Formats: sequence, structure tokens, C-alpha cells
Amino acid sequence: MTVTVLLFASYADALGPSVELELGEEPTVADVVTGLSSLPAGRALPPRPLVAVNQSYATYDHLLRAGDEVAVIPPVAGG
Amino acid sequence: MRTAVVEHPLDPAALLAEVSRSANGAAIVFVGTVRDVNDGRPVSGIEYSAYSSMAGRELDAIAREAAAKFATPDIVVEHRLGALALGDASVVIAVAHPHRGEAYEASRYVIEQLKRRVPIWKREHYTDGTREWVDPTGQARLAEARP
Repeated sequence: MTVTVLLFASYADALGPSVELELGEEPTVADVVTGLSSLPAGRALPPRPLVAVNQSYATYDHLLRAGDEVAVIPPVAGG
Repeated sequence: MRTAVVEHPLDPAALLAEVSRSANGAAIVFVGTVRDVNDGRPVSGIEYSAYSSMAGRELDAIAREAAAKFATPDIVVEHRLGALALGDASVVIAVAHPHRGEAYEASRYVIEQLKRRVPIWKREHYTDGTREWVDPTGQARLAEARP
């Protein structure tokens, strides 16, 4: 399954605003993080970054479906 | 109750007026502003960016939680994005309640949750011309330290 991952702030500086990953069938959020970390610029990511699926924070065992909006969330700094 | 992520200057007085009703005995406005120094480095300005759609949803969820927890519908929150100068307001939280205790607590709840959960980022510009994403968790330094 092809998953498009949105990136922001420092993660976007390192990897671009979005990355397409080719993952196996029934990928999880953990698979997305593993896929990103294995890219050349993936060293910019911490070991367990926050991930949102369809604009809600998701756990690493969350199963992805085709069309899900996946985003990796750098440490937030609003306010 | 209303929340918004906007790209124009914030108007605390307008938000205060929005929550003020005769049923409320207390109204509080919290204004977060751009400070001229962070971690000892002189700051010249801050650039705020967001995962806008999720930031809007998350901010709305926080205001709803505060409204339920502290029993007042009179909560208005606005966060500004874009390039902000020193002293500019980046966030305004207006809360009104029949009693001051709950008004203070609701206001505090909103800002603390916002800082933890809302996907907004800031890049500080320093007076020496450098700029850096602010990482309150220190995770970036952790990533750099990986072998």
C-alpha cells in the first residue's frame, strides 16, 4: 500500500513537506515510522515521533487504510 | 465557545467582549506574547506554522473539554500564525464564568493543553541572524545524538 506522509517544521526541513512510502499490506503507524527512519534524511527523526492519522493522534499499532491522512508531528511549540 | 487559528493580529479586547455576559462575575484574558529572549539567546521575532486542519480540531477539542470541566460556555481562543514581531500576541484565551476560581482554572487548562497537544510550531529568529525550531521536549537534540 502506498502511504503519503505529511511532515512539518524541522521534519519537513529534513525530509520535505510530504513523502510517499511503499509499505506492505495492512501497514501500521509503526511501519510508517520505520519506513521514514530508513530514508537517508530519516536521522532527523527521533526514535518515536508522534503520528496523527486523519488529524487525531494515533498509537503505533494503529492499522492504516487506503486514503488515510497520515502526519508525523514534531514536538509542538504553540502558545 | 469559539476557537480559531488565524493569520492576522489578535485583538484581546474583542475576545473579552465576546465572552462577557451579565451572568458572569469574572472574565479573564490570557495573552501570550513574543518574548525578546529564550534560553539566554536574544530573539528578534518568531515565525509560527501549523498543521492547520488538525490544529483547528485540537484547539476546538480543548475548548470543549474546558467548557465541560469548568461549566462555562464562555471560552474563546485564537492562535496566530505567520511572522510575529517582539511583543506581538501569539495566543489569546478569553474565559468568563460566574466565579473567578473556575475562570482562572479554565484559562490555565486551555493554555497548558494547547502547549502539549496543538500541532503548532515556532521558529525563533535571533538577533545574530540565525533561526531555529523551538523544541520544548529536547527530542531534536536526542535525534542528533543517535549513532
